[in-house]
Amino acid sequence: MSAGLTRPGPPSSGLPSPGVLDALDALESEAIHVFREVAGEFDRPVILFSGGKDSTLLVHLAVKAFAPAPVPFPLLHVDTGHNYPEVIEFRDAIVERLGLRLEVAHVQDWIDDGRLTERADGTRNPLQTVPLLDSIVEKKFDAVFGGGRRDEERARAKERVMSLRDAFGRWDPRKQRPELWNLYNGRHAAGEHVRVFPISNWTELDVWRYIQRENIELPSIYYSHQREVFRRDGMWLAEGPWGGPRGNESLELRTVRYRTVGDGSCTGAVESTATTLDEVIAEVTASRLTERGATRADDRMSEAAMEDRKREGYF
Amino acid sequence: MGRDLLRFATAGSVDDGKSTLVGRLLYDTKSVLADQIEAVQRASVDKGLATPDLSLLVDGLRAEREQGITIDVAYRYFGMPTREFVLADTPGHVQYTRNTVTGASTAELAVLLVDARHGVVEQTRRHAAVLALLRVPRLVLAINKIDLVDYDQAVLEAIAKDFAGLARSLGFAEDAVVTIPVSALVGDNVVERSERTPWYEGPTLLGHLESVPVTGPEVDAPFRLPVQYVIRPRTEELHDYRGYAGQVASGTVRPGDEVVVLPGGHRTTVASVETADGPLAAAAAGRSVTVLLADDIDLSRGDVIAAAGAPPRVTDDFDATLCWLSEKPLHPGARLLLKHGTRTTQVIVGELRDRLDTDTFALSVPETLQINDIGRVALRTADPLPVDDYADIRATGGFLLIDPPTGNTLAAGLVGDPLVLVDLPSREPSTPGP
Repeated sequence: MSAGLTRPGPPSSGLPSPGVLDALDALESEAIHVFREVAGEFDRPVILFSGGKDSTLLVHLAVKAFAPAPVPFPLLHVDTGHNYPEVIEFRDAIVERLGLRLEVAHVQDWIDDGRLTERADGTRNPLQTVPLLDSIVEKKFDAVFGGGRRDEERARAKERVMSLRDAFGRWDPRKQRPELWNLYNGRHAAGEHVRVFPISNWTELDVWRYIQRENIELPSIYYSHQREVFRRDGMWLAEGPWGGPRGNESLELRTVRYRTVGDGSCTGAVESTATTLDEVIAEVTASRLTERGATRADDRMSEAAMEDRKREGYF
Repeated sequence: MGRDLLRFATAGSVDDGKSTLVGRLLYDTKSVLADQIEAVQRASVDKGLATPDLSLLVDGLRAEREQGITIDVAYRYFGMPTREFVLADTPGHVQYTRNTVTGASTAELAVLLVDARHGVVEQTRRHAAVLALLRVPRLVLAINKIDLVDYDQAVLEAIAKDFAGLARSLGFAEDAVVTIPVSALVGDNVVERSERTPWYEGPTLLGHLESVPVTGPEVDAPFRLPVQYVIRPRTEELHDYRGYAGQVASGTVRPGDEVVVLPGGHRTTVASVETADGPLAAAAAGRSVTVLLADDIDLSRGDVIAAAGAPPRVTDDFDATLCWLSEKPLHPGARLLLKHGTRTTQVIVGELRDRLDTDTFALSVPETLQINDIGRVALRTADPLPVDDYADIRATGGFLLIDPPTGNTLAAGLVGDPLVLVDLPSREPSTPGP
């Protein structure tokens, strides 16, 4: 049987015994259960896939949930256009290798035809919401898998595994359905959809440990490399079409890696010499900053930046 | 075998300092990172506080911070060298049943907080009743704010004794309950052992959480697997492959096991237990697997594969206890949807047999069930369901009631009568409702 996105390596052998599941097995089984529930109950699910580590993990888990049959859902990438070329190459290689179908909604198309306006600060992360909601309506998606984790941010800590969105894509934290046992209630009216977060209960460290255990390939920018970057708001940003460096900001060559991969305008690199998974795990373990606090300007805008964006339909 | 995972819940009434306790647990286990602490310090200064308010680590929504309350269940994560923790933090005031039931439904242990100055209060009784009803296997009574009673051993012993009586009435075994005196504000006995309670010889809260068994009674129960999805690759080499995908709800499954498929009743044997990583010699409760059967029988989502020697009963007519979670009350005769395992079917609610007063534990015959009510009802389902009593197997004894027009979850349902009340008026057959 296939084993997800694993790089070629020695096959596992022997028949493991049951008993208490270790933490990663328990989290994997929970995520697989969620994927299968959605496959059983929804007509048109889709996995949001950017090529980042969390969405790559999602696709790996989806492959494992349905093996040896193919994943019964397409992928959707809401592309801000502010990408790292390594990530797009990686995205396309995964899709090709697994024989999956990828839909891409280009934020640029929405800007070109006037449905969206470029922000003064050049950041396109908040602009992803409209193309996402338009794609959901146009393709009639009824379940949208995202790689959100509750440990990422305080508002996300209140999110359900299966979370209803109204016709406007809005999240209302005060009207969430109670989520009991492993019985997920995904009932929705026409025009509504649910967001599904199979890795809700994973921490950043769980994600890295699992990537190591499963030997999951990631875009190279998650590992230490040399890059020309400039300093803004305490973060190392890469040069790009999103504007920068400007004014007295200047490019310098630094040894960095990325902890999260998002819109280039607001995702910072961290200085790091971690070139292997062991080194990345050691670094994450010792880190005194959360991944979003360290590298995401979009979450620093206000005390409730994530809550506000989620209420508007952001994932 | 690496680190294991303990899912636990916290419950307590307003002002018991639950958010502070959770904040303390996260802070003292160094699970809170610098940017989160800075955010809390900034917010605490804005509120004019002299010391950081650790509850701000937990209360994530704008309305919660503005009102200084916790609205919804929040999930928190922290890890120690040998164990990871998933904490469901359940707020205690509005919709307390809804939140406590939600947190308790996945918990192997619950931490129930009381204020040392007030002891066991009405809300403690309610929360303990819900935790007992939901069959949370282990309980910690955390007596908080011991700094405010001068670390007085006598006060704590009185509360512990009072609570032990309550726990016994609710059917908790004596060894299922551990009492720990703490001060979340100062940090006594949460992670660090306190020098101010030399008379206390038990573990710290974290020490206890690190050492209790993580598994519930499901592991030793008979095998159950609700089928989620049928895997059919339809490729040339796997032309005849039919795998039944699901998460083992209870017990253990091995190749060669005699099983019965319900509600149909076909008997067969397990040919293999597979995962994407290859076949398993056995899979225990909690593991997601794909089961292949020896015989080609018609089986689809909603069916349950069960141990042939100890199957669940198949019924379309049974009594259940409901925790009513909705503002919309339940009337006898209601036509709803019932989700049990992987099957959703129509259900008609019959007689409302009784309602539990969670303060006095007295039973009465209700005309309706209102939000936060707990009561027993008769149910009749459109399709027969393979059910276990919730008291025997939580995973196949629990179900949801759903409102057909809105799709909202109305109730947590428990097959049978899982609340055992000892030394209290027993549940006599009730008189018919109006």
